[in-house]
Amino acid sequence: MSKSKPLLSSTLGKKLIMSLTGIFLCLFLVVHLIGNLQLFKDDAGYAFNTYAHFMTNFTPIKIVSILLYLTFVLHAVYALVITRKNKAARPIGYNQSSGNANSKWNSRNMGVLGTIILIFLVTHMQNFWWKYHNDQVPYVQYEKNLDTQEVTSQALSSDEFTNYLVTYKTAENGDAIEVIKSQDLYQQVEYAFENIGLVLLYVIAMAALSFHLIHGFQSAFQTLGFKHRRYIGTIRFLGIWVFGVIIPIAFAAIPVYIYLVR
Amino acid sequence: MSEQMNLTLKVWRQKNKNEKGRFVTYQAKEISEDMSFLEMLDVVNEENTKKGEDPIYFDHDCREGICGMCSLVINGRPHGPEYGTTTCQLHMRHFHDGQTIVIEPWRAAAFPVLKDLAVDRTAFERIQQAGGYININTGGVPDANEIPIPKRIADQAFESATCIGCGACVAACKNASAALFVSAKIAQFAHLPQGQTERYERAQAMVDQMDAEGFGSCTNTGACEAECPVGIKLDNIALMNKEYFTAKLFREEDIH
Ligand code: FES
Repeated sequence: MSKSKPLLSSTLGKKLIMSLTGIFLCLFLVVHLIGNLQLFKDDAGYAFNTYAHFMTNFTPIKIVSILLYLTFVLHAVYALVITRKNKAARPIGYNQSSGNANSKWNSRNMGVLGTIILIFLVTHMQNFWWKYHNDQVPYVQYEKNLDTQEVTSQALSSDEFTNYLVTYKTAENGDAIEVIKSQDLYQQVEYAFENIGLVLLYVIAMAALSFHLIHGFQSAFQTLGFKHRRYIGTIRFLGIWVFGVIIPIAFAAIPVYIYLVR
Repeated sequence: MSEQMNLTLKVWRQKNKNEKGRFVTYQAKEISEDMSFLEMLDVVNEENTKKGEDPIYFDHDCREGICGMCSLVINGRPHGPEYGTTTCQLHMRHFHDGQTIVIEPWRAAAFPVLKDLAVDRTAFERIQQAGGYININTGGVPDANEIPIPKRIADQAFESATCIGCGACVAACKNASAALFVSAKIAQFAHLPQGQTERYERAQAMVDQMDAEGFGSCTNTGACEAECPVGIKLDNIALMNKEYFTAKLFREEDIH
């Protein structure tokens, strides 16, 4: 009798990590998209900026976001480890190969698609995450009339802003007014997408994401061994239409809309 | 009279395991469209032998599509351009006069080339020996149908058991993964009552051996399923994963 090899040392165990981290990242996409849809609102960023503040300051969400960064790193690192092993499994390649006869292009090039997404992510984080966390975005002040729900906004200079602040005052007519001083990520998004190059990068990256997920989502469940006759149709639908088409298109629509309309 | 054709072959020639191989061009003349691919190679070899050259070495045995000995990557496709066919069952009518055909061996670190187009597939045997069996008591012949098995289950097990172990799945996979082969061998027993005793031990032992042989991991491209001459399904791989993860996460058992 002997012990079998530990789970994570096996090819299957490593794919398990890819699968679970992949599914978690898919879930994140849903949440991220729902939040970002607020960028379509023509409210000078009131909804989006207060949401952004909440997402970056609410402790449970901060914990989940650390988990998210770790997940992403794991997904990328394991992809590298697995790819290296896979390459070693065929040291001499074929002179002729006709992969298209037996498999889909995207399923064979998940690494290439993933790399495009990684390059995009670095730019994306630098443009928004980094700037937001390092006070490099504009500032704004909202006055919301709590009786009429009317919101007015005005830009703040950096001297007028110290940190995110909510105060209340009473208007001359006696209405309660909520005053919010905030970083203006919404404005930053608009600035960033004045650049057609950046808009193009986002569109290309979302196309890569689409092809990555059309294969990846279904593949994750196959790897888990979850292949139930009753749910297979649902997983295929989610993988192709929801994660492969709707979500990438919705994300890509944000820079395109801002570039064309604002 | 059937059509005759002349073909140009680019064949991988390699003296032995250690020597570097290369492509050599041959002319295959007056090939009948009714010949099998291997018969075509026989004709070429006859010519070569007459000329005093070393014949092209390739694996074959039954030539009926059941033993799994024949191999060959033909124009980039394991077992050639037809789906659901072994090379020995591939007819020359699927090629045309004047065509150039590139013939290569299975390519995988775990399948080293022995000579020319023949590779060493004993890695598959070692995987089988690790757990691809059931233990039974010898003695009197058991009654047929002593253990009731629903037809549906028997069919599933049978479908997995049709794997002939040719290695086309490994040859087709961009990662040279043996997942389809190993999963078929695990699944054929996992479905049946006779396979339950060693069920989880088997999954772990066979996966361990598969990894030790240096096969790649499964990316679920489906190339193996598409190229498998007997139509083994990707469902087997999902089942293998489930067996293995269940063993690892919920009921780890030692292996022999
Ligand atoms: S020679 Fe037996 S299967 Fe082809």
